[in-house]
Amino acid sequence: MTALSDAAVARLRAEAARPELDPRYTLRGVAGRGGAATIYVAHDDVLDRDVAIKVLDLVDADGEAAARMLREAQILAHLDHPGIVPIHERGTLPDGRSFYVMKLVRGRPLDAAAAALPGLAERLALFGRVLETVAFAHAHGVVHRDLTPANILVGAFGEVMVMDWGAACRTDAADARPIVIGTPGFMAPEQEQGDAVDARADVFALGRLLACLTGPDADAAVQAMAQRAAAASPDDRYPSVEAFAADLGRYQRGAAPLAYPDSILRRLRRWYRRYELPVLLVLAYLVMRAALLVWQAR
Amino acid sequence: MVARARSHDAEVRQLARGALIEAYWRPVYTYLRLQWRLDPDSAADATQDFFVSLIERDLVARYQPDKARFRTYLRVCLDGFAGNQVKAGRRHKRGGHLSVVSLDFVAAEGDLPRFEPGTPADVDDLFYREWTRALLDRALAELRARAEAQGRTVMFEAFALYVLADDESSRPGYAEIARRLGLTTTMVTNYLAQMRREFRAIALDLLRDITGSDDEWESEARRLLGGDW
Repeated sequence: MTALSDAAVARLRAEAARPELDPRYTLRGVAGRGGAATIYVAHDDVLDRDVAIKVLDLVDADGEAAARMLREAQILAHLDHPGIVPIHERGTLPDGRSFYVMKLVRGRPLDAAAAALPGLAERLALFGRVLETVAFAHAHGVVHRDLTPANILVGAFGEVMVMDWGAACRTDAADARPIVIGTPGFMAPEQEQGDAVDARADVFALGRLLACLTGPDADAAVQAMAQRAAAASPDDRYPSVEAFAADLGRYQRGAAPLAYPDSILRRLRRWYRRYELPVLLVLAYLVMRAALLVWQAR
Repeated sequence: MVARARSHDAEVRQLARGALIEAYWRPVYTYLRLQWRLDPDSAADATQDFFVSLIERDLVARYQPDKARFRTYLRVCLDGFAGNQVKAGRRHKRGGHLSVVSLDFVAAEGDLPRFEPGTPADVDDLFYREWTRALLDRALAELRARAEAQGRTVMFEAFALYVLADDESSRPGYAEIARRLGLTTTMVTNYLAQMRREFRAIALDLLRDITGSDDEWESEARRLLGGDW
């Protein structure tokens, strides 16, 4: 037998990887690859819609990856929110690999979407929607543990979808075991060290995200909020995502965020910015009046 | 197999070494031809000498799974061996030791023009490419042997027609395969699914045999199955 051609090698590799799904799903291609799983795009012929199917690459001997995928699927099923991808089905392939079927999300990574926005106000509004989604998960006892720009997609109408809940855990005792999983640069120090984490690990990642979206030239108040959220010690961070969102809201309404308290000078400057036109009119009136008095005195 | 090739039991060791040579001789030969630019005869001699040297110097026993992949280790050994050969400017024809495995250098040489011209800049990439080809070749041969032994030759034929076309344009669809083999399209669908599953299992088993540890197997398996389809 002659050796396989390059084309045959590529096809055999693809055939060996191809998941053997229910015939209702017609595979269209690969959407992405993670550390242990591949996400395929498929068409659901029964409901006539495109879906995404996450399939484990291998059957692991100890079943840990399969258990993690099941936990991820259950978490997604538990979180019913427009910013969290809904799951349709979960199962096991004939060769033993675990998979789940979810809504196909199309969008750009958060950083790319933010870069396309005209100004800081729009970026902060977008970031605010991320905070709302993560706060919802926290309210349901789930910590994401891997919030990065790549794991947050923004749709064509600005809708935010927080993806990849593979590292997520419930904050109840059953599931909160420490695990070093996440993305360097966005992982809280306690998470990197393998210590137990709570919602403040996500607050840390969100602080890094805010800094990433607004850049080093951002307003000092924005930088202060990002720094507080991403403080090394969990106790120095915002205690919750709601607190972070509330502080951001203060800034968006023109008030001083708690992370950047007012001095008299800053308060005056902000007051002037808010009432710039009337102040200038009054000043102009006073100057004219003074000039008139001087002229009359001559 | 890598572990067995280091066994204290001489019989186990010899069988495992035979299997190891069977898995690696073709990538080694191709690598010597393309990377070291040896002529066919020199590459054939050097391939045999390399494996003889591997056995005589007990290099498999020196392999440390925590330091590198077995494939990388073997390639580094091969580079060292080929470098010494070139430096010495001579060939050692030791012969006789590799009687456990039949090395068909004529067929391997005949296959060389099928490969893309030129040599990839990354030597690891070249060796990996040939290693993958050899692995899948063996998996396909094993699948064929099993199918024939179980009277399911037509299943293998359907799979071979589907995957072995030289280019995408000449690749038959399910209906065409059904027509050529006198089957229904549903039968082709089922046969392909079954062969695909068996092929995957065989390839992963063979892979386990030629890797040095569970971690290495897992990482190689992910890379092997990481191609788009």
